[in-house]
Amino acid sequence: MSITYLEAIRAAQAKALAEDPRVFIYGQDVGAFGGAFKATKNLQQEFPGRVLDAPISEDAILGAAVGAAIEGMRPIVEIQFADFSTVAFNQIVNQAATLFWRTGVPCPIVVRLPSGGTLGSGPFHSQSMEALYAHYPGLIVMTPATVEDAYSMLLEAVAIDDPVIFCEHKFLYYHLKAEALPETALPAGRARITRPGRDLSLVTYSAMVHEALAAAEELAAEGAELEIVDLRSVKPLDTDTIMASVARTGRLLAVGEAWPWGGVTAEIVARVAAEGFNLLDAPPQRLNAKDTPIPFHPNLWAAHRPTARSIAEAARKLLRL
Amino acid sequence: MVATQTTRDTVGESRAESLAQAFRWMLLARALDEKMANLYRGGRIHGGVFLGRGQEALSVSIGMALRPGDIFAPLIRDLAGRLAFGEPVLDAVRTHLGSVLGPMRGRDGNIHRGRPRAGLYVMISHLGAMISVVNGALLARRLQGRSGTVGATCIGDGGTSTGAFHEALNQAAVERLPLVLVIADNQYAYSTPTSRQYACASLLDRAKGYGVDGHGVDGTDLSACLATLNTAVRRAREGHGPQMVVASLLRLCGHGEHDDAFYVDPRLKESPLGRDCLAVAEQQVLAAGAASPAQIQQWRSQVQQEIEAAVAQVQQEPAPDPYAERWEAISTTRLLDQFAST
Repeated sequence: MSITYLEAIRAAQAKALAEDPRVFIYGQDVGAFGGAFKATKNLQQEFPGRVLDAPISEDAILGAAVGAAIEGMRPIVEIQFADFSTVAFNQIVNQAATLFWRTGVPCPIVVRLPSGGTLGSGPFHSQSMEALYAHYPGLIVMTPATVEDAYSMLLEAVAIDDPVIFCEHKFLYYHLKAEALPETALPAGRARITRPGRDLSLVTYSAMVHEALAAAEELAAEGAELEIVDLRSVKPLDTDTIMASVARTGRLLAVGEAWPWGGVTAEIVARVAAEGFNLLDAPPQRLNAKDTPIPFHPNLWAAHRPTARSIAEAARKLLRL
Repeated sequence: MVATQTTRDTVGESRAESLAQAFRWMLLARALDEKMANLYRGGRIHGGVFLGRGQEALSVSIGMALRPGDIFAPLIRDLAGRLAFGEPVLDAVRTHLGSVLGPMRGRDGNIHRGRPRAGLYVMISHLGAMISVVNGALLARRLQGRSGTVGATCIGDGGTSTGAFHEALNQAAVERLPLVLVIADNQYAYSTPTSRQYACASLLDRAKGYGVDGHGVDGTDLSACLATLNTAVRRAREGHGPQMVVASLLRLCGHGEHDDAFYVDPRLKESPLGRDCLAVAEQQVLAAGAASPAQIQQWRSQVQQEIEAAVAQVQQEPAPDPYAERWEAISTTRLLDQFAST
């Protein structure tokens, strides 16, 4: 058996629908069509009446999810591309994120955001929104990097009583495969050491984990051992695991596919600098996408986001500091 | 089928009791609003004060047409509707005065108060945003196999210009949800007149555009409002899909108590739109034989006593204590440790 990241997301939704009658799926083209990326393929036939096509109305989709959650349901919302969630931004950050704080009534919704870049996607189909949503109190932001995490973390997201922004990466949909789905998993809020190493802590998440692994291979051939920390969720952020890794290596490189300004990598660097300054043998560094809209042409896109090559280069520089 | 009609006064003597009940809620709402305005001027209120003056007839009719188990997402001028739907006077006073015992515990205040589990939804300030939330609640009830619920929510003429309004009205129409969307066409969104707000002849045209039933009503006329809202709620409950009610009236105050409303056209104040619905309602109550002038005087005195007692009680209550506050924005306790370090 071989299962892709996308199939794991579908399997998790099928399991959630089967096990909990409060779960339903709501989004554009999620019904008979099976979703823009086929993440809900066949689910409408399997669970009649519980996989609902919505009009092209992201604001209304998220508003309705909040209302349904208040009434005891556990909606899974699919936004076709993470970029389009900006239309629903108000409902996510002002309605869903504040409900529990204001009223004591939890808001158990999952917002699935097909995130990140793929070849030729351009400015409006490639964005990584995790830092934006992590900025707001009241939201949990998951960024799974593996098939196993895509499955187990989506199930966990459905079980959590708070709004979860589930940033699944489009590039990983078909590129990753696993032999089997896991029975147990690390909980959200716990990072994983994906590759141990003694020379530099490379803290990252989502698709960048795989670019980082390739960079680590490259540097291993040169005699340097990179330790890769996969955050898994960016909020909560597992500061303990990051700090323990930096204590072992003395160097930090934070890598993210999103833009640099005030983002997840900035948060990691700030924390390590503030709480672990004495652990560092060199200034903490970060590597992000360039601070421009995301380009369409493959030549430009390849240079816009961090890749194994640019990560390896950033790591080499940091090792020389 | 789309039905667009204007409902006239159809309340007969058999409805005298509901007329009297509605009038009592209106008296209570007006007096409570005035009390909060007085406290605001005395510097005793946390936040602003936004009155329902001139909109009580419309608002009370929504609260009275709904029944327990229904959902109501009121807007800022809906004190009368809130009270009629069952909101305690104490909830209003506590949020205005900042009592920790209020439903929002000092975390949100005044007009943003509510009790979602009791069907009284808490508004956010972004106009139009509550409509789809009510849609979602109605969708949930349908998925749960619970029929017979109606969800009502309100908006002003200004709010009809937002994307959220259009997305949500379309959504309700597509799903044929039992939504009653009430528009108080009160001539001004803060200071912007309707001429700068919309270009259609009537907001009822919006109903046609979305394939939902539209009902126009004179918002200064309690009898007409009661009849129209009863019809709209009944049709929604019977499965005729979303119902839009457009009430014509004039906001008889500024946007809030900080606003002297200098911009209001004096001709509007003198027009039928500028009638005070409370005075009209009193005449209707007397004409229907639903109460005597002496009874009405007694009601006025009773509501005043109730309000003074509530204010006196709340003024003794504690304010929120920042040191005792749980500074937690999520409910999932197993994740709180990690959030605490965030």
